[in-house]
Amino acid sequence: MMSERTNTRESISKHPPSVKKNVNLYSVVLSALLLIVLYFVLMKIEGSANALVPRIARLCAINIVLALAMNLINGFTGIFSLGQAGFMAVGAYTTALLTIEPARKLSMYIVTPIVKPLETLTLPFGLTLIIGGLIAAGLAFLIGVPCLRLRGDYLAIATLGFSEIIRVFIMNAQSLTNGAQGLKSIPPNATILWTYGVALAVIAFMALFTTSSYGRALKAVREDEIAAESMGVSLFKHKMMSFMISAFLAGVGGGLLAAYNGTIGQDMFRVMQTYNVLMIVVMGGMGSISGSVIAAFVVTIGQEMLRVLDGPINLGFWKTSGIAGMRMVVFSALLLVVIVFFRNGLFGTKELTWSGIVRNIEKLAGRGKRGEVA
Amino acid sequence: MRQKVLEVNSVTMQFGGLIAVNDLTLFADQKEIVALIGPNGAGKTTAFNMITGVYKPTSGHIALNKLNITGMRPDRITRLGMARTFQNIRLFKSLPVLDNVVIAQHLRIKSNWLGSTLRLPRYNKENRLMYEHAEHLLEHMGLKDVIHETASSLPYGMQRKLEIARAIATQPVMLLLDEPAAGMNPAESMELTQLIQSVRDEFDLTILLIEHHMDVVMDISDRIYVLDYGNLIAVGTPAEIQANDVVIKAYLGVAEDEA
Ligand SMILES: Nc1ncnc2c1ncn2[C@@H]1O[C@H](COP(=O)(O)OP(=O)(O)O)[C@@H](O)[C@H]1O
Ligand SMILES: [Mg+2]
Repeated sequence: MMSERTNTRESISKHPPSVKKNVNLYSVVLSALLLIVLYFVLMKIEGSANALVPRIARLCAINIVLALAMNLINGFTGIFSLGQAGFMAVGAYTTALLTIEPARKLSMYIVTPIVKPLETLTLPFGLTLIIGGLIAAGLAFLIGVPCLRLRGDYLAIATLGFSEIIRVFIMNAQSLTNGAQGLKSIPPNATILWTYGVALAVIAFMALFTTSSYGRALKAVREDEIAAESMGVSLFKHKMMSFMISAFLAGVGGGLLAAYNGTIGQDMFRVMQTYNVLMIVVMGGMGSISGSVIAAFVVTIGQEMLRVLDGPINLGFWKTSGIAGMRMVVFSALLLVVIVFFRNGLFGTKELTWSGIVRNIEKLAGRGKRGEVA
Repeated sequence: MRQKVLEVNSVTMQFGGLIAVNDLTLFADQKEIVALIGPNGAGKTTAFNMITGVYKPTSGHIALNKLNITGMRPDRITRLGMARTFQNIRLFKSLPVLDNVVIAQHLRIKSNWLGSTLRLPRYNKENRLMYEHAEHLLEHMGLKDVIHETASSLPYGMQRKLEIARAIATQPVMLLLDEPAAGMNPAESMELTQLIQSVRDEFDLTILLIEHHMDVVMDISDRIYVLDYGNLIAVGTPAEIQANDVVIKAYLGVAEDEA
């Protein structure tokens, strides 16, 4: 049992592959194989008899995007930002407003009619994701100017406040967002191909960006601001870069979520939404891409499986006819256990790499052989 | 006349009621090794913090190669050719030794973030040169065998050397070392003395050094400034400082008592 634990740890490479001049051929081949396998698994899931299965699978992919967005600023840059729900809302409303059919919009805006150009404007789904991301990034710039100079807890509170302001704005900008009524009939564009396509693109982006010179500079800021600044890293510029890219990705994730849900309302973007994503990031490990990806699956599937807890339970000595929110209690308790035993999440800042896995398998095989001889 | 690389002119730093540095004036000529000594709390580190932009002086002026850098942000000052190490080591702890030195070259990168992420040819070339330079530097500092270790896992003496390597990686003209031999044994500090001289020659550096090990200071300094309670109490060559009664009373005497 003990040795198994050590071996899993060893399969996690200590150094992200940053210097490797010629990317190992087997890494490329194995990744390609993994992609092909993934494609067939997804197609299988899509054809599943239980309609819930493909839905959860898609939510996993969306949560990967959202978790990586938050991990960039909180995990890789060490800035405790809690503005995620606000940026998601911006992306969600952008995608919704730009994809809902004009006729549906007309019938939905009862209190006040919708503002002029949006009345008839519809754009391709992919483009709306990018526009949503860009608006979120622009907003991040405006918020970042005053907020990124703040330290630690102050920044967390300021970004939390901003997120709430966005929500209140959505509630009141009747002619733009349809206020408290929310938006319905968002075309179901978040297919398995779109969600996993975007998730894979974001994973690839994160892997390349965080190991680039700029990514290294962000890690330096996380490790020690004073030292980073003394080594010539402009704190403001790099924090702003990270904050804006994170907001962009959160906006894209929000757009996917809108298309996935079909309906959105300001209520979806309360602080709880930010905590939900934070939970994935913390569980996977702040500063680990593989950690966020794996935790996105664990948390999304886990929360779905624990849904039974909200229903009637009969343990013999204890009965309940169903407590709403029970699964969240249990889930939070599980998260607590993870944090207590793995203080830095499942992965810490480490990454899962092919070379690490291969080394691990070789070790296991080597040990097996020696065992036979003995 | 050699060129004055660093000029500190009547600089004062006040923290509330405390005057940590009072009207300090000093300079360093090209390729000189200048020491700043004095008892604990004399204001030496505060002087470094003003020179490198961490603190904005209450009054006075600081110039690097005749350029006024008073009150500039630390990263801008570093870009202009000033680099430093920290008394209480400030490495990028959880990153590999090599990356610590590579990050210090980020300030010269020409590629933007998108080009870097997309690994455009120009970025690849820049990145390769950064790593090559880092490896060369670490080899020079005798840290070649530990380049893939995590910075925090190194023994204390090596961490101090890594701080120097990281500072030099920014390609400075002026290097500030804050107690580089702190926590080293006599053999290690002897080796460090030679290392400081060798990097001065190899990289054409002007060095300002804070140090408590008097053997190191007397051995490598061209000139010495002595601070006491924020005031400059003496300036001179090692021989002059060793013969200075005021200094012996304020500082050297105490050091001998301690030893
Ligand atoms: N940021 C600060 N705020 C208040 N007092 C400070 C600060 N930095 C240094 N000091 C004070 O200034 C004096 C000089 O400190 P320092 O420059 O660290 O001394 P040295 O490096 O010579 O040992 C000390 O009394 C110290 O407590
Ligand atoms: Mg000091």
